[in-house]
Amino acid sequence: MERIPVLKIGDTLLVSIQTDLHDQMVLALQEDLADRIAATGARGVLIDISGLEIVDSFAGRMLAAIAGISKILDAETVVVGMRPAVAITLVELGLSLNGIKTALDVERGLRLLS
Amino acid sequence: MTAQELPIHGDADVVRVRQAVRALAIEAKLSLVDQTKLVTAASELARNTLTYGGGGSATIERVENGTRAGVRALFHDDGPGIADLALALRDGYTSGGGLGLGLGGAKRLVDAFEIRSEPGRGTTVTVTKWAR
Amino acid sequence: MTFGNVVERCRQNESELVREWREVVARSLAGRLPAALVEKELRDILDALLGALEAGGGTDPQAEPYAEVRALLVELSRDRAQQGFSPRETAVSVFGLKEAVSKVLGDTDVTGFFRVIDEFGLYTFETYTKAREEVITNQAEQLLELATPVVKLWDGVVALPLVGTLDSARAQVVMEKLLQTLVDTGSEHAIIDITGVPAVDTQVAQHLLRTVVAARLMGAECIISGIRPQIAQTIVALGIEFGDIATKASLADALMLALSRLDVDVNAEIAKRSR
Repeated sequence: MERIPVLKIGDTLLVSIQTDLHDQMVLALQEDLADRIAATGARGVLIDISGLEIVDSFAGRMLAAIAGISKILDAETVVVGMRPAVAITLVELGLSLNGIKTALDVERGLRLLS
Repeated sequence: MTAQELPIHGDADVVRVRQAVRALAIEAKLSLVDQTKLVTAASELARNTLTYGGGGSATIERVENGTRAGVRALFHDDGPGIADLALALRDGYTSGGGLGLGLGGAKRLVDAFEIRSEPGRGTTVTVTKWAR
Repeated sequence: MTFGNVVERCRQNESELVREWREVVARSLAGRLPAALVEKELRDILDALLGALEAGGGTDPQAEPYAEVRALLVELSRDRAQQGFSPRETAVSVFGLKEAVSKVLGDTDVTGFFRVIDEFGLYTFETYTKAREEVITNQAEQLLELATPVVKLWDGVVALPLVGTLDSARAQVVMEKLLQTLVDTGSEHAIIDITGVPAVDTQVAQHLLRTVVAARLMGAECIISGIRPQIAQTIVALGIEFGDIATKASLADALMLALSRLDVDVNAEIAKRSR
């Protein structure tokens, strides 16, 4: 199965999601990230979702779970690049992703983590 | 206009349903936001079909109402069915460990929503979204 | 359905028919369209209609042989709708053919032929209505576009001054446009100024709230300014929770707040720019 690559830059893990997500890919990403945070001692996780055309409740739940897991492992999560149409849809769906930090793009996200 | 029937028996099928719905939504000239809402609703419903209905199918087609174009999607399964529809539509209710936003959330994202279900006789959900 | 020799006789008297038909139509259009143009329109339609009848068209206007007639009538009703002619004036353009036929063919039995014309009259009416609806929809969209400017106030701060009544459809367009501007300009602060909005109902308030939440999901903060006392009362009376959303009395106050959040030293900026 295709896996989403996790990059490490300094103290931060960077994930850029560019394709439509299968549920299995989502679950695999969650596992990979937990392992990598623990292994590297990363302090921040940056998830770029600017390539995502939709985020449904399953993917939304995954983002919230990743944020929760990172927090326990002492890392902070920032989700960046959510498209306007996706944001509007998520709000209507009833998901506000409370507790997740957000930024407009990767650059601003990194600034938020440093 | 001919309807397409797509099977829903696995993860990859949910993605295929999303892509097919997106293609029809573009054809029907739905705005980007409306496309996104419809595709998200379709994703929720296709996953319900898979998770709670044990698999089934999606039937999607373009529809017209006077000068307005739209897309209709029907999700069907022969699973256990839903005993209490009002409860299933309520936000926060779930029988499968999710957030419980699937049905109620999908309903808010579309213009028309119809659900038919009986215990033991499967579930059929039909949604329609019109171009503004 | 047979049409006897009506079709044949129409062909024999085609140019006279067109002339008479044009007379009837011209009376209702009262010179607002050039006679030559109308005559060409009618000649094409009659020719296509007779051709279809010769090909065995029958009485169903949706039948295949009538494809060209339908296309011509769609064009006619579309043009008339866009030029602002009334439904009556448009319908006369088709029904006028009956008057012309009666006059030119005299005592021939034309019942069947008239039924066909009636069908096409109704068809024209339908397409006319459809075209009018399209014109109205387009205008409404253009108005929405004009009424929702998003302006940049500072690097990283955009404002959306709302003027006039906000209904649900407009609120939605406004919301989308504001969020898109945040991405396009890379702005992390948005000010929604509702000084010019006379009233807010539950739906509109909900739209404002959703915009703020959606902006947060994207990584931007909104400030709502210019809430009038009556609107503040309505919002509380409706039981709508603004929660931790920043509100300011005026656009100026909102800009101050945004600048302080951005850590902008205005004096230093002015000094830098005037150098």
